[in-house]
Amino acid sequence: MSSVTVDHAHGATHGQNAGWGHFVRTYVFSLDHKIIGLQFLFSTLLWFFVGGMLALGIRWQLAYPWQPMPIIGRLLFAEQGGQISPEFYTMLFTMHATVMIFFVIIPILAGAFGNYLIPLMIGADDMAFPTLNMLSYWFMWPAFLLIGLSFFAPGNGASSGWTSYPTLSAVKEAAPGSGMAQTLWLLGVTCVGVSSMMGSVNYLTTIIQMRAPGMTMFRLPLTIWAMFITAILQAFALPVLTAAGFMQLMDRSLGTGFFLPEGLIVNNSAAASGGGQPLLWQHLFWFYSHPAVYIMILPAMGMVSDILSCFARKPIFGYKPMVYSISAIAGLGFIVWGHHMFVSGMNPYLGMTFMVSTMMIALPSAVKVFNWLGTLWGGRIQFTTPMLFACSFVSMFVIGGLSGIFMAATPVDIFIHDTYFIVAHFHYVLFAGTAMAVFGAIYFWYPKMFGRMMNEPLGKVHFLLTFIFLNGTFYPMHILGAVGFPRRLAHPYHYETFQQTLPLNQFITWCAILMVASQVIFVFNFFFSIFFGKPAGRNPWGANSLEWQAPSPPGHGNFDFQPIVYRGPYEYGSPESDTDYYPQTQPPPDAKEGQGGSGPASHH
Amino acid sequence: MFRPSWSWLFLLIPIFGVAWFVFAINEWPPLAGHWFPQDISAHGNIIDSLFNTILWLTGAIFVGTGIAMFLFLHKYDASYNADPVKYVHGSHVLEVVWSIIPAATLLFIAIYQMSAWANAKVLRPNQPALAEVTGRQFEWRIRYAGEDKIIGTEDDVFTVNDLHVPLNEDVVLAIKSDDVLHSFFLPNLRLKQDVVPGMKQFVWFKPLYERECDIVCAELCGWGHYKMKGRLNVVPRQEFNQWLANKRAEQETSSFTPPAIEEDDES
Repeated sequence: MSSVTVDHAHGATHGQNAGWGHFVRTYVFSLDHKIIGLQFLFSTLLWFFVGGMLALGIRWQLAYPWQPMPIIGRLLFAEQGGQISPEFYTMLFTMHATVMIFFVIIPILAGAFGNYLIPLMIGADDMAFPTLNMLSYWFMWPAFLLIGLSFFAPGNGASSGWTSYPTLSAVKEAAPGSGMAQTLWLLGVTCVGVSSMMGSVNYLTTIIQMRAPGMTMFRLPLTIWAMFITAILQAFALPVLTAAGFMQLMDRSLGTGFFLPEGLIVNNSAAASGGGQPLLWQHLFWFYSHPAVYIMILPAMGMVSDILSCFARKPIFGYKPMVYSISAIAGLGFIVWGHHMFVSGMNPYLGMTFMVSTMMIALPSAVKVFNWLGTLWGGRIQFTTPMLFACSFVSMFVIGGLSGIFMAATPVDIFIHDTYFIVAHFHYVLFAGTAMAVFGAIYFWYPKMFGRMMNEPLGKVHFLLTFIFLNGTFYPMHILGAVGFPRRLAHPYHYETFQQTLPLNQFITWCAILMVASQVIFVFNFFFSIFFGKPAGRNPWGANSLEWQAPSPPGHGNFDFQPIVYRGPYEYGSPESDTDYYPQTQPPPDAKEGQGGSGPASHH
Repeated sequence: MFRPSWSWLFLLIPIFGVAWFVFAINEWPPLAGHWFPQDISAHGNIIDSLFNTILWLTGAIFVGTGIAMFLFLHKYDASYNADPVKYVHGSHVLEVVWSIIPAATLLFIAIYQMSAWANAKVLRPNQPALAEVTGRQFEWRIRYAGEDKIIGTEDDVFTVNDLHVPLNEDVVLAIKSDDVLHSFFLPNLRLKQDVVPGMKQFVWFKPLYERECDIVCAELCGWGHYKMKGRLNVVPRQEFNQWLANKRAEQETSSFTPPAIEEDDES
């Protein structure tokens, strides 16, 4: 069936016209879920770099306040002698979070891995709606453009925080970045929302409708379960953010007053109208953005489960409890948004309710951790690069999960809210957790995507350096939080309470710089291996799920045979199989000749 | 017997994780001065001890899971472990156990803290506000009720970024915002409350030590957010009265005109 296989070297060598059209159809406006997934992957990795640079800007100011920024300082702010200005600083952390959340984590999980893996892992030839799928990628481009333009609008970008709380964000005169830059920000985020919505509808339909024969819901890999639940979360939560975004746009340009109270005067200009409530935005925003936290972690949990089971060479511990806990996290995820608002001025009785639901959401997360540990117990653990990243996900997620209990406790949150304790918490979940899982997933599925292996020794060096420096960066932030060190201050050291923390902040900054520098190894490995990596073959890891039975990389239409599924994806070490893995498509022994139930044979 | 294995790296997590906190809590160099700021309030110790309770609890789980992870990774490292894998798919009993124990613990924490929360945010002392604090870009404007204890009358006293309160007394402050969100954060009193334009709120506390300390703005309020600093001064009642009288005298002799009196009902 090589006729359906897209030959990757082909497009460029064809005749001019046909070649160009072919190239555009294959690589630009492609309907193939794998190409769309790779498009998402490359775009988001590029934005990952932008977000990382913005973070270094923040860290520079906190370590060396008002000192000229090295290398690019003179270029960016020549008139200030290379210094970061306070308004530029507010832009930096606003855009760092915006880029990382809306352009990196959400699209790399759902867009890149969701797209690439869903049809392959369920045994389908493509998504249910390929054109919609293509549009979901191409709707990211208006978003890229709008946020990109925002950097060039007055104020150098939106600067009212990624949460865009009114009235700072809703009144144009409130801050240098609250003018055109904020309008562009709102439109950009709306486009991301449209893209995600198209993706999630497609994922839901595909997973429900297009599973291969024998692929029951409880034979799905946990990656797919996580993507499925995530898509539900997105489909139900996103409309609220989109509506809220439009309300804020209207407050800004049409003179409505959803979020503006009566008689408001900001920076000597009166707001056009009143009668609204700034807290309404916070409720609507977090009604989406708290479930979004799970949108940013559940797929990572799913992928980590697959990687752990594969390299422990052992079935996942508690498959169904894992599925139920993903569902429980998603369900509870809808009723905990108020924990972002304990000290916002929201009714304190409501705070108590949200506190209880927030405490309860720690439970399914704990169940998942215990099941991962159970998976490692009694295995035969192969420390490949993806496995190292997956293991570090588990231990880092434990830190991020446990620190969440502090802020769920309302009286404690009074002190630590909006301090670096919170910053430590969500970076442990999102960077040390999700980003590490994403690295692991790239190393794991790279052979499928490009047909070649990434270099293992380089991968391990990359892992080790990232792991050390990320902990050096984010762990001390807990300590800063205990001091009460607030977020978002361009210069905290003029406060008596925080002046002694400068050396610790410099330590953090140097760890952050080294952490970013370590990624050079990854970038080199990634591009070097595309051309010079060891050819992978179909199933280099000895894994069970369907994508590993397809060619690497799979051609258009994915499988060169009709996959039929006989069992779940975690049958490693099964006595029924003569290898230590047991692919989902391999017929059971009664269909073959004389397969004994002897112990697991060695790998491969 | 030392066997080289990646598992050792994971043993470093509980070791370093605990070490950071031990150094910070004991204020050992280089982390001297890197723990909670001095607590000068009557209620702060409840918040601090709740933090510490959760720290012990989560610390135990952190160390426990960290060690378990290390042991599993170490024992079953395939580079030297040739035992057949345990072909198991889970354990119903274990799932129930590790669901019920955390659930009970979490529920206990949830209920245990409710009274502290109620004292901080619900049960306001039944007395008029000493002063009204208004956040605006980028300063705290303070308006004392004066001798008649009513805010919005002739004898009000105005200051900027300078809040004096009497020692050992319940203090109630009315807080509001003129323009954007701010957050009234007193690190030494374990007190934080966002101020929202269009809403009038109250905070209350009882300072137990004489001391000058920071008022921090903890909610992003624009480019000058970082410099929105005030100072809180806790002084004995007598000194407080003297200070207030002096401020009022200064105000009488200056050309400052108080802003138009608003029709705020004082509850």
